[in-house]
Amino acid sequence: MFQLSIFLENTKGRLAEVLNLLTQLNVNIRALSLADTKDYGVLRIVVDEPEKVAEAMRVREYVVNLTPVWVLRVPDRVGGLAGVLTQLADEGVVVEYMYAFVEKENEKAQVVIRVQNEQVMAAAMQKLALA
Amino acid sequence: MKMKQEEKRLLQGLQKTVERVLNIPYYQGRLADIGIKQAGDIQSLEDFQRLPLTSKEDLRLNYPFGLFAEPQEKIVRLHASSGTTGKPTVVGYTQHDIELWADIVADGLRRAGISNQDVIQIAYGYGLFTGGMGLHYGSEVLGALTVPISGGNTQRQLMLMQDFGTTVLACTPSYALFLAESLEEAGIARNELRLRKGVFGAEPWTEGMREEIEHRLGIEAYDIYGLSEIMGPGVSMECSEHHGLHIDEHFYPEILDEQGNPCPEGVKGELVITSINKEAFPVLRYRTKDLTTLRYGNCSCGHTGWTMDRVSARVDDMLIIRGVNVFPSQIEEAILSVGGVEPHYMLVVERVGSLDQLEVQVEVNSRSFVDEVRELEALQSRVQRRIEEITGISVRVRLVEPKSIPRSEGKAKRVLDKRKG
Ligand SMILES: [Zn+2]
Repeated sequence: MFQLSIFLENTKGRLAEVLNLLTQLNVNIRALSLADTKDYGVLRIVVDEPEKVAEAMRVREYVVNLTPVWVLRVPDRVGGLAGVLTQLADEGVVVEYMYAFVEKENEKAQVVIRVQNEQVMAAAMQKLALA
Repeated sequence: MKMKQEEKRLLQGLQKTVERVLNIPYYQGRLADIGIKQAGDIQSLEDFQRLPLTSKEDLRLNYPFGLFAEPQEKIVRLHASSGTTGKPTVVGYTQHDIELWADIVADGLRRAGISNQDVIQIAYGYGLFTGGMGLHYGSEVLGALTVPISGGNTQRQLMLMQDFGTTVLACTPSYALFLAESLEEAGIARNELRLRKGVFGAEPWTEGMREEIEHRLGIEAYDIYGLSEIMGPGVSMECSEHHGLHIDEHFYPEILDEQGNPCPEGVKGELVITSINKEAFPVLRYRTKDLTTLRYGNCSCGHTGWTMDRVSARVDDMLIIRGVNVFPSQIEEAILSVGGVEPHYMLVVERVGSLDQLEVQVEVNSRSFVDEVRELEALQSRVQRRIEEITGISVRVRLVEPKSIPRSEGKAKRVLDKRKG
């Protein structure tokens, strides 16, 4: 699946502006993370119909990119996430970054993972029957 | 000068200009100071090179009409350039001057392969600024269909460009870029336009910017040069060879170093121009503050005489950062050579403690944006390193969002110097 990555300048109120726009566009943000530096940041969000949202944002002059990511359900026990990540690492998966979120309906913890190599990840997912 | 006969003709032209400026009390006094009382006192180009230089300051001292060589009843038009401080500088034209100027511009356009078959959209400002009207009269003399739309009103520019079948666009390079961007935004495809050439000037631009404009608009771009104190656009212009700008024979160019001594052919220095056969506002050795080089020769387009390189920088645009001279065009060159960012930039100079700091703001390009901060940081440091290689100073590069740097409909303002005022 795809996440939206949005380039944002670190100016006062800019993040709120984007979130307001997404509200106006009636977009439900399922997961969110912000990676930032002193001057700018990259806002990453998981939404329904990412292509449609990306287009609506591009029209409004945002720099938006659709980035392939993986969403995994994490076993609900101590060391659950560590276990999954260890298994993936053993299969040669290199994680670029990840962020967690909780699905509202079932309150299950999930993680969004961006990997270096999509094919390696796909193979690992199949082998480990995580998909 | 290569040929004796041409040297003689040139000297005659210069003598006539000296004769003409001797009618103006201000010049008369300055020439008398070095013992020049009549044009006949100038017997060689060496004699001529001893004459005093004229600067914008001399024009200000004689504001508004003090340097006119004709009585007011013979002057049919005024133009003026905005002074950054105080009064503008004012220039006048007789009917003869207006016609001469139009012929000069028409010649330049012709050498660029533009003809009476063309539709020329003139998006330079009309008014006291010479850009719009200068191109306008030249275009009419050429017999081209002339569209005097002036600058600004971008949506109308795009509409008429399509409806009138514009083939040649004339404006500042920064406005050309803005129009290109606006065409993309409006979703107007290249094949809906008949645009084939662009005539761009009135601000210094780089070879990288030319490629960018040519690529985005799908045209061939020509550099045109001029300044109102000399006449206006058309003092020099590129032909289809694109090997520098041919200087019209009505202008005698010199290149001087910082001490005012002549530079050898091919060495960069300040361009100094003397007008030949201009009536109302003759100029004697006028310091343009533009840095370039000169060479003499023939071109396949039929031009014989002086050709100048594109003006890489204006003395007035020079920033002194921690004692090092930096020109905005160097930053432009660096930014365009790296790629991954838009060709729009803003330079912010500040004094932090006792040190000058130059911040270069540049827009992230949406096509090359990748999601990782690491990649953005790499892009940032690539731009930074390239600028440091070209200018020799360390700068701070700041990536900003697209369209966040103000676009210009005329001359772009690219420097914010917070050290002043
Ligand atoms: Zn030529």
